[in-house]
Amino acid sequence: MVLKAKNRLGLVFFPAFDWAISSTHPEREERLLYTRDQVEEEGLFDIDGIIEYNPKMASYKDVQRVHLCVPDEKSRMTESHLISAGGAITAAEAVIKGEVDKAFALVRPPGHHAMRVVHGARGFCNINIEAVMINYIRKHYGIKKIAIVDTDCHHGDGTQDIYWNDPDTLFISLHQDGRTLYPGSGYTDEIGGPNAVGYTLNIPLPPGTSDEGFLYALDNLILPVIEEFQPELIINSAGQDNHYTDPITNMNFSASGYATLNDRLDPHIAVLEGGYSIEGALPYVNTGIILAMAGLDYSNVKEPDFEPGRFRETARVMEHIKDVCEEVYRTWKNRSKYRQKMIKDAKYLKERRSIYYDTDGISESREEIIKICDCSGYSILTSTSDRGYTIRSVIIPWNSCPKCHKEGLEAFEKIREEKGFPSGIICLQDGINDIFIRETP
Amino acid sequence: MIIGLDMGGTHTDVALLENGEIYKKTKYPRQEDFLESILIPLDQIMEGEDPLAIERVLLSTTLSTNAIVEGKLGKVGMVLEPGPGLNLDYLNSIFPVCFISGYIDHRGREKFSLDMDEVRSAGRHMKEKGAQYLGIVGKFSTRNPLHEKKIYETIGPSFSYSTLGHTLSGNLNYPRRIYTSYLNSGVWEIYKQFLKAIKYSLGERKIKAPLYILKADGGTLAGDAALLRPVETVLSGPAASIMGAMALEDIEEDGIILDIGGTTTDIAFLADGVPLFEPRGIEVSGFKTLIRGLYSRPCGVGGDSLVELKDGQLKIGPERLGPAAAFGGSSPTPTDAMVIKGIYKEGSRSKAIEGLKPLADKKGVSVEEMADMIYEKTADIIVENINRYLGEVNSRPVYTIHELLHGKKLAPQKVILVGAPAPAFAEPVSKKLGIPCILPEGFEAANALGAALSRVTTELTVVADTQERTLVVGEEGIREKIPSNFSKKDAEKVLFSYLRERCIKMGGDPSSPMEIIEEEEFNVVRGFYTSGKIIRLKGQIKPGIRGDYGA
Ligand SMILES: [Zn+2]
Ligand SMILES: [Zn+2]
Repeated sequence: MVLKAKNRLGLVFFPAFDWAISSTHPEREERLLYTRDQVEEEGLFDIDGIIEYNPKMASYKDVQRVHLCVPDEKSRMTESHLISAGGAITAAEAVIKGEVDKAFALVRPPGHHAMRVVHGARGFCNINIEAVMINYIRKHYGIKKIAIVDTDCHHGDGTQDIYWNDPDTLFISLHQDGRTLYPGSGYTDEIGGPNAVGYTLNIPLPPGTSDEGFLYALDNLILPVIEEFQPELIINSAGQDNHYTDPITNMNFSASGYATLNDRLDPHIAVLEGGYSIEGALPYVNTGIILAMAGLDYSNVKEPDFEPGRFRETARVMEHIKDVCEEVYRTWKNRSKYRQKMIKDAKYLKERRSIYYDTDGISESREEIIKICDCSGYSILTSTSDRGYTIRSVIIPWNSCPKCHKEGLEAFEKIREEKGFPSGIICLQDGINDIFIRETP
Repeated sequence: MIIGLDMGGTHTDVALLENGEIYKKTKYPRQEDFLESILIPLDQIMEGEDPLAIERVLLSTTLSTNAIVEGKLGKVGMVLEPGPGLNLDYLNSIFPVCFISGYIDHRGREKFSLDMDEVRSAGRHMKEKGAQYLGIVGKFSTRNPLHEKKIYETIGPSFSYSTLGHTLSGNLNYPRRIYTSYLNSGVWEIYKQFLKAIKYSLGERKIKAPLYILKADGGTLAGDAALLRPVETVLSGPAASIMGAMALEDIEEDGIILDIGGTTTDIAFLADGVPLFEPRGIEVSGFKTLIRGLYSRPCGVGGDSLVELKDGQLKIGPERLGPAAAFGGSSPTPTDAMVIKGIYKEGSRSKAIEGLKPLADKKGVSVEEMADMIYEKTADIIVENINRYLGEVNSRPVYTIHELLHGKKLAPQKVILVGAPAPAFAEPVSKKLGIPCILPEGFEAANALGAALSRVTTELTVVADTQERTLVVGEEGIREKIPSNFSKKDAEKVLFSYLRERCIKMGGDPSSPMEIIEEEEFNVVRGFYTSGKIIRLKGQIKPGIRGDYGA
């Protein structure tokens, strides 16, 4: 009399019905209302093997493992962000402790546009909830190799930035071509920093891509790469704004396509990202993903107005998608060659970039000097925003070798002694000792 | 005077009340014949009483529950309109099903209309399958009952009885709506026959007082009104004891109610003196339903649980081999241990010692030491279960930041014990939990008292959608137009007026206290403009003890 899930599934369902960026913003109270109605009406919480969890709250310490908040954590986020990140952690812990086989954090607000440095909100994101989760489970459970597949329609530029130099984190983003959509990045030539060339892979898809195109990229590129990478955990940043009814994007993905993609990708953990067709898409997409993750039949999940074949790509569009996938797969295959070409004999490399925070209207300029090593190295990052803040930080990743760790600590001491550093905040993010130091002038 | 009668698994308890106090009570073993289990103790208690002095008869019966557990339901055919979603083919193995096309979405909008030829053919198909009763259930029918009503009008009249899913509850949950509808149609005939028989028997005894039936939520409904939703009469036993405990002992804080029986102890919780409910509905014999009910969880230890030594370890329950040794039984029980320790002042101490001796010898300890061990173990099991269920209710999912950070966490301040073996358990449980355990006067007949004093309750759900300009009163099958400026105040007014009407229909007192138990209000924003509001309210007649005790 009770349906039994094939996979035990943990659901952290937290719609935050009392939180909005502003009353008419896409990130508002109403966002998951119809999804709640649908999953409640489908009786998904009654299915034997689907277990509902309340999110825990992440701490500032959890955030500091990932971010450099300027000027500090308290001013850059609210409880809602800590709960959303905590929800992702709750989901991951349920899987790692073996309470469930898989978990889905259906939480808001999202996080994949939040980069290493946080001067404000970008693309509705303040802190990167997947990254806070990943760094938490690496610290507490010693998990090393992780693959993140970002299926949000927007390029996951924040997650890309955070794991840019980490060869133990494979980041693959599938998104609408940056020439046609925010944040305007995620091209095939963005392939990771000097210590992790090829461990960031971007698959820009043309507007109008539908189920066939997405599943082509999955089967012919993403799955083979993951198979070769051999991660201990697969995480899906499950944005749902590729849907054909989404108001802020131009793709044609369906609920059935999302469920199929999730089924084939078979992630341990899925985390909701964007998705703003709150009535036409989210109720059906989320039902589909939940059923797929639980190993139940999702073939009858579809939008009431769905007609199969309605959005099929033209042959030309499909050809283009195939070309992109082939190019990206070549990058992956030739990653050591590309790395050699990039680093040559350099011991350090410098990267410069400007970052715009659309949600808060902040401009940041950033310079990072990266130590070249076979580990993640370490780096010295200097960032200035047009709000008058400057921060200089030494970042020692969780998987730095002892040599890089030592050198990083020395570099931090040197910065400390440089009294001349102009009105800046200095930080040390030491992933080896799990220490975060911030000194303000 | 009021008659309260609780029919349990092994016994029927009857209490006769005068001025809200138990004036007479009796207990009678359960009989093969259902009606006899009620009438024999009823005749006992009515001996020498004036039948015309009886003002009300309240029954808590296991009739519907037994019919479900024993699979003695009428032949029900289910006509379902599932639309896209979960695959429901597995239902075919439980009852005959006809799936028909058509779809209502989450806002109650008709996305696909019904195919009336298909509906008629579903009716014929169900007849061929031998169905006498129907369940008609559509997805999101609580948001728009139109399709269920149309199906009923087309094929319902050729069946003896039909349940329309939306009439049972305003809550979402399609599988539960299906099961609840199935059970409701399935128990209808049995309940109808019972009602006829009991009314006849009361008439024979010149008892002209109205008859009420207890529900799982601690409220009652008039015997005739229960014909509309007979499924609501299931699992009323735990509610009877909880309401009785609350009548016997004033409690305004968080608390625990333990109903100690022969083989099990039922655990229930109070939040600020109000009993906790099942969030989605109660479960009956494996069927998850939408039936509103008080939260109650069994734990396999009672006063007569058999105590054994298994591999040198004490094992208590879940078996029972008759009453405690102190009360003439032959096997050791927790009650005997409490008698030996002098906690329980009744029963024969020498017989209790006799009962425990073999165990003590086997373990190589004195009888007193054995009694201590049983005392500890019994309390451990009960307290372990209390803590587990407390953890369960304290981690119920919440959906707002406010509730997550500042929501109520239950912290019980005292325990109320009821049930015949309760005196043996108060001290050990209190010691382990570190809070007082109260054994109120009248604890033995709390269930019958609870049944006697409960009032008519009902709940109702109102959903107003000002963008769609519709108002739905789910359980009443009402869907009507509203203006775009319809407010929450307006919704409250509608809710209370329909709720009062419904209370009267259920045989209740129109002046019963009403309250809103759930409320939500969302702005509907389309294209960066607020284009409407969704207001959802659920109200209820407060379950509680009747004010008018009667003479
Ligand atoms: Zn997005
Ligand atoms: Zn190194």
